[in-house]
Amino acid sequence: MTPGQTTTSAPLLRVQNLKTHFHTRQGAVKAVDGVDLELAPGEILGLVGESGSGKSITGFSILGLIDPPGRIVDGNIEFDGRDLLAMKERELRSLRGNDIAVVFQDPSMTLNPVLRVDTQMIEAVRAHEKVSIEAARQRARDVLVKVGIPSPDERLRCYPFELSGGMRQRIAIAIALLNRPRLIIADEPTTALDVSIQGQIIHEVRSLCRETGTALIWVTHDLAVIAGLADRIAVMYAGRIVETGETDEVIHRPMHPYTRGLIESVPSGSTRGARLHQIEGMTPSLPELGEGCAFRDRCHRATDQCRVTPDVTLLGDTREFRCWHPETGGEQ
Amino acid sequence: MTRPPILEIRYLSKIFSQPVSLGGRIANLFGGNNRPIQVHAVQDVDITVESGEVVGIVGESGCGKSTVARMLAGISTPSSGGLRWRGKDVDKMTAKERRAFDLGVQMIFQDPFASLNPRMRIIDIIGEAAVKHGRIKRRDQRDYVVSMMEKVGLSGAYIDRFPHQFSGGQRQRIGIARALAVNPELIICDESVAALDVSIQAQVLNLFMDLRDEFDLTYLFISHNLGVVEHISDRVVIMYLGRVVEVAPTDALYGDPNHPYTRLLIDQVPRLEAGKRDYTPIKGELPSPLDPPPGCAFNPRCPYATERCRTERPALREISPGRLSACHLNDLA
Ligand SMILES: Nc1ncnc2c1ncn2[C@@H]1O[C@H](COP(=O)(O)OP(=O)(O)OP(=O)(O)O)[C@@H](O)[C@H]1O
Ligand SMILES: Nc1ncnc2c1ncn2[C@@H]1O[C@H](COP(=O)(O)OP(=O)(O)O)[C@@H](O)[C@H]1O
Ligand code: SF4
Ligand code: SF4
Ligand SMILES: [Mg+2]
Ligand SMILES: [Mg+2]
Repeated sequence: MTPGQTTTSAPLLRVQNLKTHFHTRQGAVKAVDGVDLELAPGEILGLVGESGSGKSITGFSILGLIDPPGRIVDGNIEFDGRDLLAMKERELRSLRGNDIAVVFQDPSMTLNPVLRVDTQMIEAVRAHEKVSIEAARQRARDVLVKVGIPSPDERLRCYPFELSGGMRQRIAIAIALLNRPRLIIADEPTTALDVSIQGQIIHEVRSLCRETGTALIWVTHDLAVIAGLADRIAVMYAGRIVETGETDEVIHRPMHPYTRGLIESVPSGSTRGARLHQIEGMTPSLPELGEGCAFRDRCHRATDQCRVTPDVTLLGDTREFRCWHPETGGEQ
Repeated sequence: MTRPPILEIRYLSKIFSQPVSLGGRIANLFGGNNRPIQVHAVQDVDITVESGEVVGIVGESGCGKSTVARMLAGISTPSSGGLRWRGKDVDKMTAKERRAFDLGVQMIFQDPFASLNPRMRIIDIIGEAAVKHGRIKRRDQRDYVVSMMEKVGLSGAYIDRFPHQFSGGQRQRIGIARALAVNPELIICDESVAALDVSIQAQVLNLFMDLRDEFDLTYLFISHNLGVVEHISDRVVIMYLGRVVEVAPTDALYGDPNHPYTRLLIDQVPRLEAGKRDYTPIKGELPSPLDPPPGCAFNPRCPYATERCRTERPALREISPGRLSACHLNDLA
């Protein structure tokens, strides 16, 4: 993260100045516009931001899943020292589902409705490793147990439609875990689920990361979930990461006005009877974005200086933010 | 004299029956005994709502929250039990009283897109019911709709647009304006903020509270987000597999939950302040309402279950003033 820092464990993933744009009739939609990210083995990163801020497109770019009119127009993505952007589609495909796995918000993006669960899971194992059907079935069963699926043998024989939504999502997560990936990108995986199932999934995924050193990017707009799960938070706004740092630091001492706004708008018992903080206005429409801080129309601290795009400010070893007038401590 | 409660839900039940399949019917011709499958989606739900209150209803997916809401809004007919509106039996109302009840209870849905007709303009989406029920004259519709739009923070300039031209948060506001336009007294929100980003969610929750003060509204607020319910509710009802298992004022429920299910559920709530934490998952699944466990429906997942819990269903009873719970453990105390 910090230049010149001598890390013992090399990063597993390094994204530098990633720009993914969509060419539309209204102009270029700069969905991702200069994103930097680093992830160590076993690390859990929470990527938060409002809908449309570019979280999913960041994840899809790392996975090599950007289709026209979208295109990665600039930047580098290195995974385990290998340049992902230089890879052929065939190599990428073998990387996905092997070393890098994905969990989508909607399990139907992963599960084939006309195939039984066991067929799909055995297939997923054998596509990447030459093992017997029996060994593959055993692995599938073990992973189902890991994600908290009761009576796994019966569930293996089910078709997806015979399972509840929460169960389908846990199976999609199990499929992501099948080949012991080194990186999982999970895009709003529990947003539609009950807290009881969400708690279970977070529990399993976290112990997996601890045990096997799998790194995780958990994409969500729910800060409360991230607060309990992630080692580090990256806050995204209009295609850029506007603040990043260790979870507790960011939650207790946000520097960027947008981060602070997000934190204060979370409802809970301590806000009862009071009005929630609201960030006025709406996410800007991306083709209209010009020079300057993208948050300035909604920002209570904005000045004329904010017409110029803020540089990255470093704070300690692990904090970074992009704001001319940060919330705390930046003005001594 | 005290005013009667605005709404009394009395032992409301809903049984869905799934017809016998063709194979089953053929088998019946040869002496088979296949009956329609009965799903007890809601059983003996009994809740009293006072005027001006916000009552939260919480429970896992499939526990019957929306089924209760649909019966209250008149979209679905109860299998048994009934409703009293301001002390009057809804079944015994005159046509005129019944219409006042129908308009008095309005529902706001989860998916702001699916619940708005894509081919209608905002002016008709919001204003049509008010005109049809004679609340306003047709020639006043435009002014009336503009005033409603402004109440929910939408610019009146958008009055001739179609739903797809709005963002998710704006569409939810349209749904709220449509409900408000008939001057309701009780609003049922079924997962009304579930699909919204936190920042938009905050705007909509604030709007609900402003409107509560301005129009003297009562809310039934259904959600699986326990943080949202804690923020907005005065009292909370916990449902499990079609039944109410606990009712308590919000502070008491979150601070000192009684029912083992409530305790486990509250333990799962992600909290900003708490920092990194582990979740102790509730073991097992919500059982199928097709085949509910005998005794206490929570017994297969309950860490305190005893033999009695597997045979005898605990009644929902008062455990202290204003608090109800359905658990045998309360008999020991
Ligand atoms: N038309 C129907 N026919 C048969 N069963 C039904 C029908 N509608 C609902 N059910 C069943 O009734 C139960 C309660 O459903 P309901 O929609 O009220 O749940 P809910 O608590 O609102 O869940 P969610 O949180 O997922 O919205 C479920 O088991 C559901 O499958
Ligand atoms: N196929 C597409 N064509 C044009 N714009 C797109 C396309 N896909 C995404 N975008 C735009 O890119 C931006 C970021 O999208 P996304 O990464 O999905 O947001 P998030 O996941 O943060 O909600 C949004 O403004 C979205 O409208
Ligand atoms: S740079 Fe200016 S407008 Fe942007 S967040 Fe900071 S103070 Fe607000
Ligand atoms: S009645 Fe028994 S099984 Fe049910 S919640 Fe109480 S202790 Fe648990
Ligand atoms: Mg997304
Ligand atoms: Mg529902």
